[in-house]
Parts: sequence; structure tokens; C-alpha cells
Amino acid sequence: MSTKSKVEHDVHSHDDGHAHGSLKSYLIGFGLSVILTAVPFWLVMSGALDSKQATGLIIMAFAVVQIVVHMIFFLHMNVRSENGWTILALIFTLVLVIITLTGSLWVMYHLNTNMMPAMDMSQIP
Amino acid sequence: MFDNPELIKLVFGRLTLESFPLHEPILVATFIVVALGGIALVGALTYFRLWGYLWHEWFTTVDHKRIGIMYMILGIVMLLRGFADAIMIRLQQAMAFNGSEGYLNAHHFDQVFTAHGVIMIFFVAMPLVTGLMNFVVPLQIGARDVSFPFLNNFSFWMTTAGAVLVMMSLFVGEFAKTGWLAYPPLSGIGYSPDPGMDYYIWALQIAGVGTLLSGVNLLATIVKMRAPGMTMMKLPIFTWTALCTNVLIVAAFPVLTAVLALLTLDRYIGTNFFTNDFGGNPMMYVNLIWIWGHPEVYILILPAFGIFSEVTSTFSRKRLFGYTSMVYATIVITILAYLVWLHHFFTMGSGASVNSFFGITTMIISIPTGAKIFNWLFTMYRGRIRFELPMMWTIAFMLTFVIGGMTGVLLAVPPADFVLHNSLFLVAHFHNVIIGGVLFGLFAGIYYWFPKAFGFRLDPFWGKMSFWFWVIGFYFAFMPLYVLGLMGVTRRLRTFEDPSLQIWFTIAGFGAFLVAIGILSFLIQIFVSIRNREALRDLTGDPWDGRTLEWSTASPPPAYNFAFTPVIHDLDSWYDMKKRGYKRPETGFRAIHMPSNTGSGVILSGLSLVFGFAMIWYIWWLAAVSFVALLAWSIGHTFNYRRDFHISTDEVVASENARTELLAAGLK
Amino acid sequence: MSSKTATVSATAEGPVFYLADEHDHAEGGSTMFGFWIYLMSDCLIFAVLFATYGVLGGNYAAGPAPKDLFDLPLVAINTSMLLFSSITYGFAMLAMAKGRVGATQGWLALTGLFGVAFICIELYEFAHMIHEGATPQRSAFLSSFFTLVGTHGLHVTIGLIWLVTLMVQVAHYGLIQANMRRLMCLSMFWHFLDVIWIGVFTFVYLMGVLR
Repeated sequence: MSTKSKVEHDVHSHDDGHAHGSLKSYLIGFGLSVILTAVPFWLVMSGALDSKQATGLIIMAFAVVQIVVHMIFFLHMNVRSENGWTILALIFTLVLVIITLTGSLWVMYHLNTNMMPAMDMSQIP
Repeated sequence: MFDNPELIKLVFGRLTLESFPLHEPILVATFIVVALGGIALVGALTYFRLWGYLWHEWFTTVDHKRIGIMYMILGIVMLLRGFADAIMIRLQQAMAFNGSEGYLNAHHFDQVFTAHGVIMIFFVAMPLVTGLMNFVVPLQIGARDVSFPFLNNFSFWMTTAGAVLVMMSLFVGEFAKTGWLAYPPLSGIGYSPDPGMDYYIWALQIAGVGTLLSGVNLLATIVKMRAPGMTMMKLPIFTWTALCTNVLIVAAFPVLTAVLALLTLDRYIGTNFFTNDFGGNPMMYVNLIWIWGHPEVYILILPAFGIFSEVTSTFSRKRLFGYTSMVYATIVITILAYLVWLHHFFTMGSGASVNSFFGITTMIISIPTGAKIFNWLFTMYRGRIRFELPMMWTIAFMLTFVIGGMTGVLLAVPPADFVLHNSLFLVAHFHNVIIGGVLFGLFAGIYYWFPKAFGFRLDPFWGKMSFWFWVIGFYFAFMPLYVLGLMGVTRRLRTFEDPSLQIWFTIAGFGAFLVAIGILSFLIQIFVSIRNREALRDLTGDPWDGRTLEWSTASPPPAYNFAFTPVIHDLDSWYDMKKRGYKRPETGFRAIHMPSNTGSGVILSGLSLVFGFAMIWYIWWLAAVSFVALLAWSIGHTFNYRRDFHISTDEVVASENARTELLAAGLK
Repeated sequence: MSSKTATVSATAEGPVFYLADEHDHAEGGSTMFGFWIYLMSDCLIFAVLFATYGVLGGNYAAGPAPKDLFDLPLVAINTSMLLFSSITYGFAMLAMAKGRVGATQGWLALTGLFGVAFICIELYEFAHMIHEGATPQRSAFLSSFFTLVGTHGLHVTIGLIWLVTLMVQVAHYGLIQANMRRLMCLSMFWHFLDVIWIGVFTFVYLMGVLR
């Protein structure tokens, strides 16, 4: 009994605003993730939607939602953690990831078009 | 056994006797000098029985102050090597006219300018900047150490391991011949099969780990370990710039790690990221490396801006003008640093829309920097200025950096850049901002904080000698390069056909000679200051009448920095304390909890060095063994849970009493 | 604890400039935040790998393309392995919060098994592709595929080594503060790897087959 309460005391006495999960939140997160994974796989494997473009956009949207689900239910993201520094770091990183991805795609698309116009890279050995 | 070539290849990889440049007179001579110097040093350390002291007090230390000092020593030693490369370039370029080939063939010249760039950025500027941040930031925020003291030690030794690899390339094998950023396909296995490129890759990857962890460390420290009352807008301005610098480090260095890893895969297992065939695209390397490269230069300059802010305020005896706008300007620069990278390759062909976007963002980023210059000027206005050396460096910076910044805005115009890209104009521009900005800032910072670190000031006469030779030498060395660049001269050329250019290169060579005297004066300054340290002694801990917390401690501070954690009420907290009649407590001291020293940093870095060497020379068995050893030692290290100790109350009392006496002596 | 609130207030003699009565700073106060920052930097490594895949992913060099190679049912199974491992790690953390060493170790072991299953399936997939001639050297698409997915797998492997090490340390020393901190860091790492995998299965596998 004393060991248990000591450990509990250890866990909660050091309160830096680190959120802990609960059984309910983990199960909700898990359930949502299963759905958010199964639907995209089904959409692509069955070809249910005729438009590849629409399928592509939908599965990307599902991915974004599932990432948010993971962040909230598994990683316990909240705006109060570390006095807001955690979420600030995440937002900053996200911005940079977007800049790196879109910037690279934009720049390389233009470079390829201007500098290698005749090449279809899927067919050139 | 030595007859069996298969066995030799297995044991030694591609390392052979030919890898040692015994037929290169310059290298043999250098080796002899280095070897003699090394033997003398080792001999002296052994004779004076200093190994134990060095191991226990310095190599295994987790004290941020000592680690900071070691970084500074590393940076200054590597400055000598990097500058030697610079002299060699200037000499070659001044000579190689009228059919003369100069004294360096292409094989060597290409290594010299590559090594010059790599060393100056990664092993001079980065260590010096990291060293100053390491030393100063915990003191400025009222903390006793950084958040992760062991990681700090590890970071230092990883950086050193990278430097050792680069130095080894002089005597075992060769270095890369690709320029400091090593663009493929030239840096790919087809065009650079030699170990030089691999030295480059592994030195940077190993040092990069150190730098990244250092970034995490200082970032966590500034966020988590501030003294009570020190809200973000009461942070000393140097700590603010350190914060943004470390954000940039954490955000940029992973990109370098990833790009170099992709290049390594191309070289070692034949993948096709940056090849010319099988779908590879070398332009992607250029794109990615500059996504790292541009934030990198802001990593170098932001701490210098912080130093100038502290120095200007202290030596004008005035609060920094526009603190809030300085903070916002720094934050804006941090974010914008990620939106300009394409200006390094306007000419690669991305077209008008892309070039215009990045040209505009590049011009925008000059604005917050301009705001800073005005803030410094307004701080000086109506101040009571003391022209001590740090202030002299600051004035030199303001004049020099502004010129460099203006040429930067000129280059930001894509059509202008089409003419000037990769010309000597570009070379002049970046040396202008790095020397005028970063280096002058580092010299100001070194002179400013030296007494805090060592307990005595630096000799002012030799300091002024160093200053004047550096500043005048810089202008002689680099203004001709602007002229040459405008006339169309390309960078990295070894020989020239147009004799009318020689005069400019000769003037530049003369400038380099003046800078050499400046560096010599700096070394003499250190020697003379140590010799005359009693006369230069800092008894009060506050030789400049400073405004921030580090000046409230003894010089040098005790291991624990502050006997009592300070409580902050205002910006410029030490100035605030002095103004409001703060009296230093002389009793009531307690035992202080501190982290323990450890040898794991040295060992893990040593193993990394062996691993890097093995990978360079294709000694696969050694690579495997050292990698496993690395893993095993790291895991083993985590089983050590007892990493701290207490400095006893008696020791704290003794150290504080010693300071009380020193302060009393200072008042007499 | 970004800045301890100054509970000391001005006394009759003037403002208080130092804490005369300070308690020992609890160890490891920065660890969770520092690890989060490291994780953010790891995110950027993956961003570069995703960007590379985005740029070079269509360069099949007249070789095999995604729809020739990707076995979506297998990938679906693999994805479930990783998702199950995330939930079992979550249960381990709940047990840890209650101080139950045995339950914690049990859930950790299960997490490890799911993780090993993930790696084995992935290795099988890679071996099969290589056997078919779709090696990392065959084209830039394959180079970027193997590197992106392989780097994720490498991270999972490191996570597994870390997991085993922690299980040994918990067995030896129990659920002390230091071990709980380490388990929380591994938790962040493990869930973050699942987040990256969401990106991988969406942009590499599903979009690849769609192209």
C-alpha cells in the first residue's frame, strides 16, 4: 500500500502539466484510428469512387484527421502543456514541414520543367 | 601474411601505403611541424603530470562554463588551420598569371578552398558561437547549468571528433575537392570516388549530431531553467538571440543530416537520388542543402547581434533602445530564414515566378536587420560611450556589416544575380557579412566575457593591434574582390589569363597578410594577458559595470554559479539590483545539488571517430565493431542512475567567503 | 516549470533578490520537453525524406512502378500491427500510472511483439521486392521508397531496442521517477512513429497505387 501510494505520489507530485490518458480516451482514439485507416484502404483497394483525384483528396483528408486524433488521444496534445511551449514547438515544426514539402515540390517542378522539358522520368532509364 | 592482398584488403579496406602523401612536400613539412608540436605538448603534459587534472577537471566535465571554454579553444585552433588555407588561396591567386601555374596544382587547390569553407563554417564559427552561448546563457538566466549537462559534454566531443577527422584528411588520404557544399554529381561516387568526399560526409554527420543535441539542450534550458521572475520579455537580449539561434539549429540541422545521408547512400550502395541517370536529380540536392544552408548563416549571425546588443548597452551606459522591437525583429528573422533559400541558386533555372518570390522575401529579410542597426544607434545616442575594445568591434561591425548587407540586397535581385552568381562579388559579399558580422561579434564577445571566464581582463594594447590589423586587413583583402567580381571574375579559379587582374589579387593578398598579423596579435594578446594576469585581475566580477546577471557572480564564477538562485524583477536585472541597493548575502549558505562528471562523452565520441574512419576507408569489420560498441556503451550508460552529487555547505561557505575577501580587496 | 512564480514578496527592507530558502530542484524537469524538441527535429528529417519521395517518386526509370509492387492487403496488416502496438503501449502507460509493475511489463512486452511483427512483415516485403528486381538501386523512385520506409523501420527497431532496455531497467529498479520519465519519452516516440506511418501508408502506398 505504501509503495503504491509512493509511486502515485511520484507520478502526480511532479506536475509539469503533462497530461495522462485514460482508458476511455485511448479506446476512443483507437476506434477512430481503425475507421480512419480502414476507409482509405477500402476506397483505394475497391476503387469505389471513379475519380482518382477525389479518392486522393479524401484519403489525404483522412490522414490529416487521423494524425490529429493520434495527437489528441495518444500524445495528449493540449495547449497548456509546458505553458504552451509544446504546442508552439509543434506549430512551428508543422509550418516548416509545410514549407519544406510545398517549397521543394514547387521549386523542383519548375526546375524540371525548365531544365529537363522533354524527359519523362518514368520512362527514361 | 603481408603477401596476401585479399587479407590486407579485408583488414585495411582501401587504406594503403599510397594513402599517405609522402611525395607532397607541403604536407610532409606540415606533418613534421604538427608531429613535433604534438610531441612537445604531450611531453609537457606528461612531465607536469597534468593528465589526471585534464581528465577530471576538463575532459569529463559537465560544467557549461568549462565546456564553453573548450569550444572556444577548439574554434581558435581550427581558425589557424582555416586561415592557413586562406593564405594559400590568396598566394596562389596572386601568383598564377602570365602562364604561371602557381605553386598548387588543381588537385590540391580544390581541396584547399573546400577545406577552407568547411573548417571556417563548421569548426570555427559554429564552435565559437556555441561556446559563447554555452558559457553565457545559464549565467544570464540565473541557472546553475544547462538542462542536460551530460549531453552538453557529449556534444562538445562529437564536434571535436568531426574536427579531428578533417585534420586527419591532411595526412591520411585527402579531402573533398567539391567546394564546401559538395554538389553532386561532382560529389557522387562517379566523379569523386576518393576518400576525400567521405571524410567530408562523416566529419559533418558526426559534428552535426553534436550541434543538433546542443540546440535541443540550450532551447530546453532557456525555456525551463530561468530564475523566478524572469519572464520571456525580461530575458537578456543575448539570451533571446540564443533562443532563436537554437530554434534554427533544431529546425535546420536535421535537413543537413538527411541530405548528407541520401548522398551517402548514393555513394555507398548505389542509390539514385542525385545521379544523372535512373531517375536521379542533382538539382534536388542543391534545393535541400540550401534549405539547411540559409538558416545556417542566421545561426551564425544571430548570436553576434545579441553580443552587439549587450555591448552597445553596457558601453553606452544605457538601456538597450527598443528591446521589444529587437525581440520581434529576431523572431521575424528566425521565421523568414526559411523562406529565402532559393536565392542561392537563382541561376539554376526555376524561372521568373519562383525567382521573383524568393527575391522579394530576401529583400524583406533585410528589414528587421536594419531595424536592429537603428536600435543600436539610438542606444548609443545620448549615451556615455566608453570606447573599450568591444565597443570598437561594434562600430567596425556596424560599418562593415552594412556594406555587406547592401551587397546582399543587390544580389537578391535575380537579374543582377545572373551576372554576379558565383563570381568574386559573391565571395566578397559573404566574407563581408561573416567577418564583419560574425567574427567581429565573436571578438567583441571574447574580449567582453573573457574576464568573467578567467578572472582577468585581456591586454588592451595587443587587443587594439589585433583590431586594427583585422579591420584594415579585411578591407584590403575583400574590397578588391568586389571589383573583380563586377569585372566578371569567377570564384574558385586557380589560374588567370588577364594580367590586368593581378594587381587586385595582389592587394587582396596584402590584406590577408595584414589579417595574419591581426591573428598573431590576438595570440600574443592571450599570452601577454596570462603573463600579466595579476595586473589585469578582475576583483569585483563586474569589470564593465554590466547590466545582466552574469556580472553578479565572481570572476570566474564558482562551479555552482549562484549560491542562491536570484529573483528577477526587471529587464537588465543586475543593473536593477545595483540601483535598488542589493546587498550580497554573506551567510546562510547551503549544500548545492550538482550533476557529476562523466567519461561517456569522450568515449562515445571516440568510438564515433573510429566508426567514421572505418566507413571512410571501407574497413567494414572495424565499422561494425565500433558501431556495436557505440550501441553497447550508450545502453550501458543509461544504467547509471547516480549522476549527481552535492557540493557541501562547507565548500560553498569557503568559496563565498573567498569572494567576500576579493570584493573587499577590490574596494581598497 | 518555465519560471517558478516568485512567491517571495518584498519585505520591509526592500525587494527580495534571491531565494534564501530553496528546495532541491527535482531532477529531470526538462526531460519531457527536451525530448519533444528532439522529436520535432526528427519530424524534419522525415519531412526531407517525404519531400524527396514527392519529387523523385515518379521517376520509375522504365522500371517497376508502385502498382506493380505494392501489396495493399499486406500493408493493411502491417498498419494494424503498428496501431495495435500503439494501443498496447497506451495500456502500459495506464498501468504505470497505477504503479502496477507486472501489468506494465506485460503490456510493454505485447507492444514489443507487435513491433517485431511490423518489422518482420516489412522485411519480408522488402526481400520480396528485391527478389523481383525492384532494388533500391533500380530507380530514384525505389531509392526514395526504400529510404523513407526503411528509415521509419529503423526508428521502430531503435524503439524496440529501447523498449527491451527499459523493461530490463524496470525489472531491476521498479517504477522509479527516472524510469517513468523514460517510459513517457518512449511513449512519445512510439506514437510519433505511428503518426509518421499514417503519412507513409497514405502518400506512399495508397497514393502510389492510385497514380
